[in-house]
Amino acid sequence: MAMTVHVDIVSAEGELFSGLAEMVFAPAEMGEVGIAPRHAPLVTRMKPGEVRVDLGAEKEPLDIFISGGILEVQPDLVTILADTAVRAEDLDEAAALEAKKEAEKAMKDRASEFEYAKAQSELAEAVAQLRTIQKIRERTSKH
Amino acid sequence: MAVGKEIRTQIGSIKNTQKITSAMEMVAASKMRKAQQRMEATRPYADKMRQVISHLAKAHPEYRHTFMIERDVSRVGYIIISSDRGLCGGLNSNLFRTLVREMKKQQEAGIGLDFCTIGGKASGFFKRFGGNVIGNAVHLGDAPRIEDLIGTVKVMLDAYKEGKVDRVCIAYNRFVNTMTQEPTIEQLAPIVATEEDERRHPWDYIYEPDAKVVLEGLLVRYIESQVYQGVVENAACEQSARMIAMKAATDNAGDLINELQLIYNKARQAAITQEISEIVSGAAAIGG
Repeated sequence: MAMTVHVDIVSAEGELFSGLAEMVFAPAEMGEVGIAPRHAPLVTRMKPGEVRVDLGAEKEPLDIFISGGILEVQPDLVTILADTAVRAEDLDEAAALEAKKEAEKAMKDRASEFEYAKAQSELAEAVAQLRTIQKIRERTSKH
Repeated sequence: MAVGKEIRTQIGSIKNTQKITSAMEMVAASKMRKAQQRMEATRPYADKMRQVISHLAKAHPEYRHTFMIERDVSRVGYIIISSDRGLCGGLNSNLFRTLVREMKKQQEAGIGLDFCTIGGKASGFFKRFGGNVIGNAVHLGDAPRIEDLIGTVKVMLDAYKEGKVDRVCIAYNRFVNTMTQEPTIEQLAPIVATEEDERRHPWDYIYEPDAKVVLEGLLVRYIESQVYQGVVENAACEQSARMIAMKAATDNAGDLINELQLIYNKARQAAITQEISEIVSGAAAIGG
């Protein structure tokens, strides 16, 4: 059997995943990271994006969309503290598009610096959601 | 019949009170279920956060954030979480009693105290009791939001960063089960390790992008999540304590009504007996 690492993914709204995995991919702030078992201790912030949990060859990998958070890695334990996490399957593409449109509109007639920053982060979130959906589409169409 | 009119009125008014308490019991029961679900949903996040912080406390980092450095304690800040409304049994007073005991100990040791209060009952208590309240948040409602707490928490964290307080503690009621709520005081900053460390070598994390940015974000988030969890737990405690208190009140009202009914019946019977004996003796006097 391949080496595994215990992975916990929690958001403020509840626990999303807890179990053993062969590999975890997460959108760290400096770029996507892949965490294999016995990784060195690491703490980093995460960008909005997709977390992929590789459960082994015979099982489907698990996709979870997060809108930022913190990743902590210990050799035998990976903890993902997500700000808001939704299972990628649950994502509503229409809602994501809507949010993107809203954000773009808000950016056009920006009233203040503060709202601009907020709109920018909303836009990043919406784009990441859309990317996740597209990735899932590609993968399912390949099967 | 004039007999026992006062008793009848009293029974009536107790019955009205009983209706109110039993309605409150039912409202509290349904709110309690929701509050418990909310608490259980947020618990994993708070637990994992605590675990990560515990790992961090055991690391040997090059960069040490202010929240990680033990200082000599001359002032302690308390974040106190209470309910907004009363009629929930001894929930708040139990917490305040525990707190007062702790505060006495600190004062004897010459340690100053600052408070941040969350919930109307805590601010009311410190108005009467006296104390240096530096932050206050009330009217959180049944579904508290983390945004409502950030301001209050920030006041305390700023005080800690500026060195005005050397330790930050949180006081709230921990939810054990529907019948039991436990007044709890925990230390938030500086951070404490809760688990044993089995790794013997000094080790440190890799930080991305750099230690200062990551730790600042992580530690502030940690404290906010712990305070939020405290508030959510306290809300679940409040509803279950209120349910129990109102159930006891309803039962007591029932007992009281039964007792009064008995007294009323006896008085009525006595009046009837007296009347009969008066009639009989009157008839006997005429007939004799």
